[in-house]
Amino acid sequence: MTLTVDTLTSWMNNFADKIEVNKQYLSDLDTPIGDGDHGFNMSRGMEAVREKLTTKPVDLQAGFKNIAMALISTVGGASGPLYGTAFLEMAKKSSSTDDLGEVLKAALAGIQKRGGAKPGDKTMVDVWSELVPEVKAGTLSKDKIERAVESTKDMVAKKGRASYLGERSKGHVDPGSESSGYLFEALLETEGLL
Amino acid sequence: MSLGITIVSHVPEIAEGLPKLLKQVAGDVSITTAGGTNDGDIGTSMEKIMQAFDDNEADNILAFYDLGSAKMNLEMAMEMSNKKVHLYDTALIEGAYTAASLIQAGVGLDEIEAQLKPLTIKD
Repeated sequence: MTLTVDTLTSWMNNFADKIEVNKQYLSDLDTPIGDGDHGFNMSRGMEAVREKLTTKPVDLQAGFKNIAMALISTVGGASGPLYGTAFLEMAKKSSSTDDLGEVLKAALAGIQKRGGAKPGDKTMVDVWSELVPEVKAGTLSKDKIERAVESTKDMVAKKGRASYLGERSKGHVDPGSESSGYLFEALLETEGLL
Repeated sequence: MSLGITIVSHVPEIAEGLPKLLKQVAGDVSITTAGGTNDGDIGTSMEKIMQAFDDNEADNILAFYDLGSAKMNLEMAMEMSNKKVHLYDTALIEGAYTAASLIQAGVGLDEIEAQLKPLTIKD
């Protein structure tokens, strides 16, 4: 696992591409159980990230921090502070290690602290908590990512806008889990990262 | 210790409208607001919240918000602000109204917090 400024940049550009292609789908997922803007919010955020990374960051920590600040100031919805916090925690952790599993573990802890969600609450935490150990173990696969995302479908939302729907939130994939799935897919596909 | 209020809402009009109600009972209390995203869309903005903290004349701020992601942006702004900010998970209007009238009456923070407690509806 070699996390460098270059692999980080490819990973983020790859993630931005996936968000761009699927922004309508993400917003459609968000319509029955949320406020219908997840895809457009993430797309605005990732375009800001892509733009920011056109200037090469001095080191990994600066790279992660730039990504975090771009997301925090442009996303608007809950995913701004959540993804923003994830990348801020990755920035902090990357000063002491370039082990991707360790860095992602710190990100997950940050997401949980910020949003207060636990596994099973039908949030991005369900995907992250399932997949971070897979990254650490070197066993991440497309199949596992899909299963983690799909597992949120039958859950009842306990956090976020979908929680106001209670039982009615069942039967829909959580949009934040889907976009997190793209982040892990992008990671899997980035040459030299895993 | 001076006490002020900051209101955070997803909707600019809600953030701007609520102080009109509060000012009826709290003409001397510093009330600042952060409504909507940086583009004025529905959502919240950490930068706007930081600005609302800065613009508030008080050194201790009681902060009230509408829905979940407003709280997350509030907490991030609190971590970056030099001011002492107290965050309450109360119903937005009732909580802010209670705090505003008690601050105006010169009531201390401990007693205000005791009265806010039963109005808590979020976690």
